[in-house]
Amino acid sequence: MSDKLSEKRKIKSAKKMRDIMTTYYLDAMTAGQNNKQIAWITSGGPVEPLVAMDIIPIYPENHGAMIGASKMGEDLCIKAEDMGYSSDLCSYARADISCSVVKGGPIGGLPEPDMLICCNNICGTVLKWYEVQARFYNVPLFILDTPICHTRYSPEIAKYVQAQIDEYIAFLEKVTKRKFNYEKMAEVGRLAFEAQLLWQKVLNTTAHKPSPMSAFDAFFFLALIVTLRGTKIAVDFYKELLGEMEQRIKDGISMVPNEKYRLLWDNLPVWYQLKWLSQKFSDHNACLVADTYTSAWCGAIQYTNKDNFIGSIAEAYTRIYLNIGVDQMAGQVLDMIKFYNADGLVMHSNRSCKPYSFGQMDIMKIVREKTNLPVLMIEADMVDPRNFSQSQVETRIDAFMEIIKQKND
Amino acid sequence: MKEINIFYNALETLPVLASKIKAKQKKIMGYLCSYAPEELIYAAGFHPMRLFSSKSDIVQAEQHLQAYCCSLVRGVLEDSLSGRLDFLDGTVFPHTCDSMQRLSDIWRMNGKYEFFADVILPAKLNTQSARAYMKDVLTGFKKDLEKAAGKEITDTDLQNSIKKFNIIRKNLSKIYALQSKKPGIIKGSDLYTIVKGSMVMDRDEVADILPVIAGNLEKIDLPPKNIKRIVMSGSICDSPDIYSAMESAGGVIVGDDLCTGQRWFEGQTQVDENPMDAIAARLLNRVICPAKHFSPTARGENLVSLAKKNRADGVIFMLLKFCDPHAFDYPYLKEFLEKQGIKTLLIEMDDQQQNSGQLATRFETFIHYI
Repeated sequence: MSDKLSEKRKIKSAKKMRDIMTTYYLDAMTAGQNNKQIAWITSGGPVEPLVAMDIIPIYPENHGAMIGASKMGEDLCIKAEDMGYSSDLCSYARADISCSVVKGGPIGGLPEPDMLICCNNICGTVLKWYEVQARFYNVPLFILDTPICHTRYSPEIAKYVQAQIDEYIAFLEKVTKRKFNYEKMAEVGRLAFEAQLLWQKVLNTTAHKPSPMSAFDAFFFLALIVTLRGTKIAVDFYKELLGEMEQRIKDGISMVPNEKYRLLWDNLPVWYQLKWLSQKFSDHNACLVADTYTSAWCGAIQYTNKDNFIGSIAEAYTRIYLNIGVDQMAGQVLDMIKFYNADGLVMHSNRSCKPYSFGQMDIMKIVREKTNLPVLMIEADMVDPRNFSQSQVETRIDAFMEIIKQKND
Repeated sequence: MKEINIFYNALETLPVLASKIKAKQKKIMGYLCSYAPEELIYAAGFHPMRLFSSKSDIVQAEQHLQAYCCSLVRGVLEDSLSGRLDFLDGTVFPHTCDSMQRLSDIWRMNGKYEFFADVILPAKLNTQSARAYMKDVLTGFKKDLEKAAGKEITDTDLQNSIKKFNIIRKNLSKIYALQSKKPGIIKGSDLYTIVKGSMVMDRDEVADILPVIAGNLEKIDLPPKNIKRIVMSGSICDSPDIYSAMESAGGVIVGDDLCTGQRWFEGQTQVDENPMDAIAARLLNRVICPAKHFSPTARGENLVSLAKKNRADGVIFMLLKFCDPHAFDYPYLKEFLEKQGIKTLLIEMDDQQQNSGQLATRFETFIHYI
């Protein structure tokens, strides 16, 4: 009986997504044979012009997540440290940098880039990381510099980033020796816009009680909106996923068997502990219904004009979650707590990600003051397990859930 | 030299220094980065003051920043929250690294001082659009300053300010060049104090004294000594003990790639052009910091050329723990130097706790080795 139930809880679209991602990586691995070029791009970078130019985008950060999830992070991070990189540096970067040299990891290393596209809207780390790779592979590097909007998106920033979008296109024309196809760009832009809307709708389904999926599922289904944004594949997939979520709501299928408490997650996942964390919260009848991370790939959609995509991406890519002031981030966290009706906030203080983690303590204070909700902060790292103490985290989660229960029961 | 003592005395207690500046009806604007447009702040009638951590215990900053944030950022926040910087009238945050960027948010949200400005400089400096943006940002900052000062900053104000800072920069370069030419001509801790003082003290006073010091040093002749010539690379190096430990070990610092050193003061601002263009041009053309991009190999080339120009026997990397931009560059900078046969040593520091005994031993071992 219970087997049957847990089978019912499994999200059917997961298999399809695995297949799509396998095909994507296989295509990338054989790009050379098909006369296709490869661009490595940061997770927050504008991928759409690459899709419009038929260049295969590869995401070292997605690769980092795969390395973390397959528990190969520690070994690759140590290899980077042997190369002279401090153990305090971002574990995605360390794992990727050493992987380029040793060709390790779950897929034996990424296909080599023909060009590198680095957008610093997520951090300054990517700037240094891509410089490392530009020296290693000796390929052209394009930097899209999106000044942080501490309090506003100023006209100066708008002018600067817009000029760089034009430079980006010129860069792609130069590297590919082909003309940029604006017509195709418009189509790709529409598809990217649609996929983002669908992704937002998928994430919104978890506002339903009980929630048809959890943030742990969102961490998994995120891969397509990151890597295949701008393609029909992504749109079709998220339509299907949305349909499945709506059906689960109708059928009363929840991800956590006895969902009683609803929590919001902040920061990147702890990739090598997803299963354990998910089980841990589930045992407490708690579902992590939403997170600040996966929503970043549709959070700036309000600034995107689907009919003038290329003309509006400057603003959309500059005003993403991490590239704004801590007070604005706190505002978004408060909105999410309200929308998803959360009973508490779990913050991952992530040693690897300084722009995401510094400011968290101020956000925590704001959330406590404005909502009176319990907030838990756990110390970890997204890929390097040496910075994670399971027993310590377990004790803290238990204590936190005790408070949540007392407040709600 | 009595002129050097002026620097020592001024740096002894910061609040005393601050009250003397305020007695001249000058408002004090603090900042933490060598890209801060000092000339604009000075031209507005304010006193630009580079902030360093007092290295006090972290208590209140613990409530805002995790332990894996660098000691400079945490240390200065601690100073602010605990009231040690209450003499400040405002702060300016040029865009540098991720940690500074978040410090700026936390600082602004705590709102302790009257004036606050983010100067969100470009991270890349090698394109036309970045150059235009740099100028736009500086123009915006100038307007903010004018509003705070309640007066217009004229081209004459700017020209006078540029001239003042050029005197300071030129003389610091001269003193460094003399130390490189005649190593040991000035004690390392004296040099450190002069440079730090030039970032903190009244600039009129600094611009008056530096030429005297440079002139005096020029007259000194030193018999050649058997010492090792060292170049230092890193972010800030805020400890006179490091310089004396180096000297006891038999080395002299003949040049540096520090943001509290040559990266900050090398290069003059042009006086014969539009002053705003000239200030922007200097920031764009100066030796870059690792949080900025010029080319994937710009810093490596700069450092090799600095080491060669100063005939360095070795390069010592003094890196602050948890400083990402520098830590990312270290492996390749080391490789670039070693390709040229220049040996290197890495010291990872924490502003808060410095073990001078261990440091001295490491310096000695390195000096023997090179």
